[in-house]
Amino acid sequence: MSDVLKLERLSKSFPVGKRLFGAPKGVVHAVRPVDLVVQQGETLGIVGESGCGKSTLARMLVGLLPATTGRIEINGEPLNTADPAAFGRKIQYVFQDPISSLNPRKTIRQVMEAPLKRLHRMDSAARARRIAEIFASVNLREDFLDRYPHEFSGGQAQRIGIARALAAEAKILILDEPVSALDVSVQAQVLNLLGDLKSRLDLTYLFISHDLAVVEAVSDRVAVLYFGSVVEIGPAEDIFRAPRHPYTRLLAQSAPVVGRPLRAPEGRETELPDPLNPPTGCAFRARCPRATEQCAAVAPDLTAGADTDHRVACFHPL
Amino acid sequence: MTQFLALLLRNRLAAAGGIVLLVVVVLAVLTPVLPLANPDATDTANRFQPALSRAHLLGTDHLGRDLLSRLLWGTRLSLAVGFAAAIFAATLGAAIGIIAGYFGGRTDNLIMRGVDMLMAFPYILLALAIVAALGPGLGNALIAVAAVNIPFFARNIRGVTVGLAHKEFVDAARLSGLGHGRIILTEILPNVVPVIVIAMSTTIGWMILETAGLSFLGLGSQPPQADLGSMLGEARSALITNPLTSIVPGAMILVIVMGINLLGDGVRDALDPRLRSGALTRPMPATRVDRPTPPPAETEEGGAVLALSDLQTQFHVKKRVYKAVGGASLAVRPGECLGIIGESGSGKSVTALSVMGLVASPPGVITAGAARYDGQDLIGARYETLRRLRGDRIAYIFQDPLATLHPLYKVGDQLVEAIRCHRTVSKAEAWQRAIDLLKQVRIPNAESRASSFPHEMSGGMRQRVGIAMAMANDPDVIIADEPTTALDVTVQAQILSLLNDLRRERGLAIVFITHDFGVVGQLCDRIAVMYAGRIVEQGPTEAILTTPAHPYTRRLIACVPELGEGRRKLEAIPGLPPAVDRLDPGCAFAPRCEKARAACLTGEIALAGSGQRAVRCLFPETEIPSEQSA
Repeated sequence: MSDVLKLERLSKSFPVGKRLFGAPKGVVHAVRPVDLVVQQGETLGIVGESGCGKSTLARMLVGLLPATTGRIEINGEPLNTADPAAFGRKIQYVFQDPISSLNPRKTIRQVMEAPLKRLHRMDSAARARRIAEIFASVNLREDFLDRYPHEFSGGQAQRIGIARALAAEAKILILDEPVSALDVSVQAQVLNLLGDLKSRLDLTYLFISHDLAVVEAVSDRVAVLYFGSVVEIGPAEDIFRAPRHPYTRLLAQSAPVVGRPLRAPEGRETELPDPLNPPTGCAFRARCPRATEQCAAVAPDLTAGADTDHRVACFHPL
Repeated sequence: MTQFLALLLRNRLAAAGGIVLLVVVVLAVLTPVLPLANPDATDTANRFQPALSRAHLLGTDHLGRDLLSRLLWGTRLSLAVGFAAAIFAATLGAAIGIIAGYFGGRTDNLIMRGVDMLMAFPYILLALAIVAALGPGLGNALIAVAAVNIPFFARNIRGVTVGLAHKEFVDAARLSGLGHGRIILTEILPNVVPVIVIAMSTTIGWMILETAGLSFLGLGSQPPQADLGSMLGEARSALITNPLTSIVPGAMILVIVMGINLLGDGVRDALDPRLRSGALTRPMPATRVDRPTPPPAETEEGGAVLALSDLQTQFHVKKRVYKAVGGASLAVRPGECLGIIGESGSGKSVTALSVMGLVASPPGVITAGAARYDGQDLIGARYETLRRLRGDRIAYIFQDPLATLHPLYKVGDQLVEAIRCHRTVSKAEAWQRAIDLLKQVRIPNAESRASSFPHEMSGGMRQRVGIAMAMANDPDVIIADEPTTALDVTVQAQILSLLNDLRRERGLAIVFITHDFGVVGQLCDRIAVMYAGRIVEQGPTEAILTTPAHPYTRRLIACVPELGEGRRKLEAIPGLPPAVDRLDPGCAFAPRCEKARAACLTGEIALAGSGQRAVRCLFPETEIPSEQSA
């Protein structure tokens, strides 16, 4: 297996209170330096709560946001958006809100043709053939092509979004909360479709979600993000069965499970740290029952335990 | 397009404006072929002829020129200049606005500050300066009027573009390999065009006035050429002695600008999707009730504090009737939590909003059934009665606390308002009570937090304020509509346990609306499952989750991924829920159901069962002895 996507010390910070001239008033570190490797054919799940930086990370990977520091390698080459056509053939993105990711004033055919025309320079006959092929693979009828986005349900629109990403023939797909806007019965349709496509077309997924159960159901490995940093990464079955970071355990315990009695899993201060005024040391320490002085002084690095696949950024892992 | 015209013509004022304008435009276009006198031929012997005199229908001006001819030629010129200026200003202004809005950052900053500077001049001064620099003449007046109006378009269009430039479809286009130019032309521009049209339709009248103003001052059309402004200017000296020469062009300006403005308003309303869907019609304070059948008799349901029987709510949109709720019967007792679960469009929220008449009317109409609070039917109750009960005895918690809290008031003041709406207490007392409430919902530092604004709080904290507000008057029933859907799981767990404690401590009845089986499983005593506007199954939570009777319930539960089951293929229900404006007879789930038989597609299927459990299915998964119908 080869590494198709490699992030090295990738970070993003946003200036706050910009001025026309001179330095901004403050800086928010949305993503702190992150190292990740995604291997050919795997699904890496990324979980985290709102504001943890998971969407910022995803948008950097597809070049929609420039990184502040660090580097991204795709198939061993550094990320290069100079030629949009070449770049779009390597990596694609499926958006969270299926309806708003489609231009309300374009027909589905126009939406589908854009990547074929711009990325693959196909003529119109070739485009029609290819669209028919893709639509068959995502179970959409071809008579949808001449309709406008508002005529579709969320599940159908999301399949159109997936179809557009497939049209680029990129081997890496970044899926940013692809099912969180959908109803459960439809959510499963889309997840299963994604699973089929992956094995059929030999794709690699980076699957971002806040829903632990969904991530667990589709991922080979999972990375847990908190306050812009990866706090734990490991095989999907281990992460939730035997979490080692206290935050991962908190997440797993908070997920509602039928039949488990209701209790608030934490009683202490529950707010995320203030991004403009981040705490020293470990960002989770204010919420952590195991926090010690050491946690306040230094931020822990991701370190492997006995099992090298499962790494955790904690001085006192579970 | 036909829909647009139909909407436009439904607005009578706009239609009238359009017709008047059409007549004027047709006259102006036909002017060269009409049998008119030469507008510039002077005849000083016949100056100031009255109207209806021979050969001069509208009389003559101070040089004896035919007023009718001058009026029509002048109108033609004024209209042409006004339209040209509008198109010129719209094109340039839109281009500037789109570029500023799309690129943002420093480009935006520099362009917009320039535009701001342009706007800081009084428009007439700016126009005068431009004409002074270029010299008088109609062409230069046109340039001046267009230039003066560019900032208006630029600012408007920039605002719209900023919103569009961050839309996901623009990102998607970028990833499809489109460059900036193509994105602007094919993604942004089509979405901006309606705004440009609206802005133009409302400013053309203004531009015609401004051109007339410049001509009036002698800076526009030069004699002997007539336009409406210069006609007014020349008539000024004879205003008292011969008012006709002023009235004729003045009245024409009035008619044109009035017609354009009325039509422009109509165009704006017809193009704006929000106004099209009826947002302009003022919603009624309570949902309209139109019950052809008398409400069903009260059933003795062991001490229910809130009981719905056969509630039906519909949306009447044009000729379509959406049966959002097609007969819901529910009851909740003090201290009990009833979960209503269903997918989007199943009618769960509309059911809850109907109770207090909170469904927007138009288009909502409650067409049948009753909602009894303590035996009193709330459907069709007087508005005053509803208002007294709203927030006092029956309170709501909504999904998005950021949208339900007022952004400009401190949360403490909003709580005080909720309390003083129903109780006559002093402000200080109410403030103290607000702090107590915030403490009850476990907001740390309640005293200082009461002085915070909603945007200063996190989502979880805001929802706690929402709950505190619902609790403000110690209600008997709280209807919570997806209160945790917008929250993170760790925060959701806290909110749920808070609600659970509150109902145990105070004997509160909770109607909890959600799409999440995990949440109902933890909080609710009983569940009602809704599909296509009807309850398809209800019963105790435990029983429904372990032995669902309706195929829909069983398969929906199977769809929910649960943590701890590892990597797997998930269950799915093929197909989509039906549209509630075209419901076929029989079971609404039948087209998606693998157990459906011919019998499922005919007639009404009753919600049948015994005791607490009931199911609306002919071939349920588990048999429920049906001795009584629920």
